[in-house]
Amino acid sequence: MTFFDLARRNVNRHWLRSVLAILGIVIGVVAIATLGVMGNSIGLMFNDMVTDVGDTLIVSPASDSGTTKLTERQVDDIARAIGSNRIIPYASTVDKITVGDKESGAMIYAMPAEDLPSLLEVESGAYPKGTGAGCLIGSELAANSKENGLKLGARVRIGDETLRVVGVLKERGMGFDINPDYAVIVPYTWYSSHYDEDEYDQAIVKVKDVNDIDSVKESIEQKMNRREDVVNVMDTRTILESIFAAADSITVFLMGIGAVSLIVAGVSILNVMLMSVTERIKEIGVLRSIGTRRSEVMRMFIYEALILGVVGAAIGGVLSFGTGYVITAVIVENADYLFNPGSLLYIVFGMAFGVFTSVASGLYPAWKAAQLNPIQALRHE
Amino acid sequence: MPVISFDAVTKVYPLPAGDVVALAGIDLAIEKGEFVLIMGPSGSGKSTLLNIMGSLDVPTSGEVTIAGKRISGMDDDELTLLRRDHIGFVFQQFNLIPLLSVVENVEYPLILKGRQNRSRERAEEVLAAVGIAETHFTHKPGELSGGQQQRVAIARALVNDPDFLLCDEPTGNLDTKTGTAIMDLLDRMNREEGKTVAMVTHDPRMTEYADRTIRLVDGRVVE
Repeated sequence: MTFFDLARRNVNRHWLRSVLAILGIVIGVVAIATLGVMGNSIGLMFNDMVTDVGDTLIVSPASDSGTTKLTERQVDDIARAIGSNRIIPYASTVDKITVGDKESGAMIYAMPAEDLPSLLEVESGAYPKGTGAGCLIGSELAANSKENGLKLGARVRIGDETLRVVGVLKERGMGFDINPDYAVIVPYTWYSSHYDEDEYDQAIVKVKDVNDIDSVKESIEQKMNRREDVVNVMDTRTILESIFAAADSITVFLMGIGAVSLIVAGVSILNVMLMSVTERIKEIGVLRSIGTRRSEVMRMFIYEALILGVVGAAIGGVLSFGTGYVITAVIVENADYLFNPGSLLYIVFGMAFGVFTSVASGLYPAWKAAQLNPIQALRHE
Repeated sequence: MPVISFDAVTKVYPLPAGDVVALAGIDLAIEKGEFVLIMGPSGSGKSTLLNIMGSLDVPTSGEVTIAGKRISGMDDDELTLLRRDHIGFVFQQFNLIPLLSVVENVEYPLILKGRQNRSRERAEEVLAAVGIAETHFTHKPGELSGGQQQRVAIARALVNDPDFLLCDEPTGNLDTKTGTAIMDLLDRMNREEGKTVAMVTHDPRMTEYADRTIRLVDGRVVE
């Protein structure tokens, strides 16, 4: 028999009250853990959707420059400003495509054929040559158009010309530059003669060393915007950072809501423990008079709070897997996010916070019990 | 050397309506092996005397020595350890811990002392000595009669082998027959085991058990 035993027995003595206090902790832990997992999963979802790793600058015509296109000359100027880093200018349009007798609309991207391998990865087939009439199709476009016969080797009519699909791209996800998954990608020379166009929409600059991104950005701006703003240089890393900061804020906000429920649970534990102290004043008086020290009385009550907290946190932790699974499966539609170390950490954090809240709530009642005057406590009826 | 000695002990309770003098210069000494009664009318200071003897309270002035230790200047922990190691309390209302079984109640002071090994055996030994049947060891206190509960309480008081037993009306909640049996038990502990007993009571019949009686009136010893 130890003080821990005594605490355990007292928790059992008022089992209904204990169960209700534990229920509060369970709800609090589940709320914190689930909302944490949800916030983390949203962050992971962003991460999966966005392919950029932050090594990309996107150069577009400045909004007040009076044009929406970059000229060949401007692209050459930029290329000179960025040194050995690679520039990939591209143009895009939306057009009607025909496969067999099926017509549909699609996004069309055009870029110099020699730049294609550095930006896009082919899943099957090959890259088109600059001079030929070959094209690539995005993974989703390929997947969605199987019944149309749009696949590797198929013929696609755009306007009055026919292109052959020489390659199907790997899935790339959402990007800040181009979104090729639903698009047809053609060599710029073909595009230029087909649409009679010699300008570009934007230019993508791939920086070899991510640490150079600021200096590269600066040198483009110095070169191009010396007199007036001609181009706008967008830094994907900054955008990514702000997106992830937003995801983190969502997580913190959601966990704050969870924390409120846990604080409510803490108040209920405080209440239960104060009740327990009040009911046991005489018993505390007896324990004190026969030689139990203040610190020992205090320990006994803190153990009670600890038992409520640990049991509540354990049950809450197990349930959090269930609710976490439901949340990730239903809201972000990918239950794998639950098993991400970050998500699991939120479950552990929720449990730890549950135990901490219980013990913190038990401190005052325990202190109060320890401070009782043994003579007065003995007289208490 | 006396087990308990009081030297010019006063205890004053400051109250808004004026100070209440509970003890007004008490000198007394209880020697080892004595059976001493403390008697007196209500408000005579018996409870205060008992509380100070039990190191539950400290005097306003004067010197109290318990088991060779002066209690003035002791902090709460030191007073608690003095109670744990040197004093066995027996209360009118038995005051057993309802969460613990009979044998655990008796074992409890040993566990406070950190004597975990053999504590169960020692508790059972003392319970047998006060006349509790082995079949009752695992019962909860509430399942026993008043007389049996008081025997368990006496066992709890004895288990740490204290310097003296401090009894506060130990038969006050018992019928005459059971009360007599409890007094016989305390008497036997005093005669056979040489236990020092200090006992507060209202009951004049108890004097036949005692070596002497300290009578209190208005906070003073009158004989």
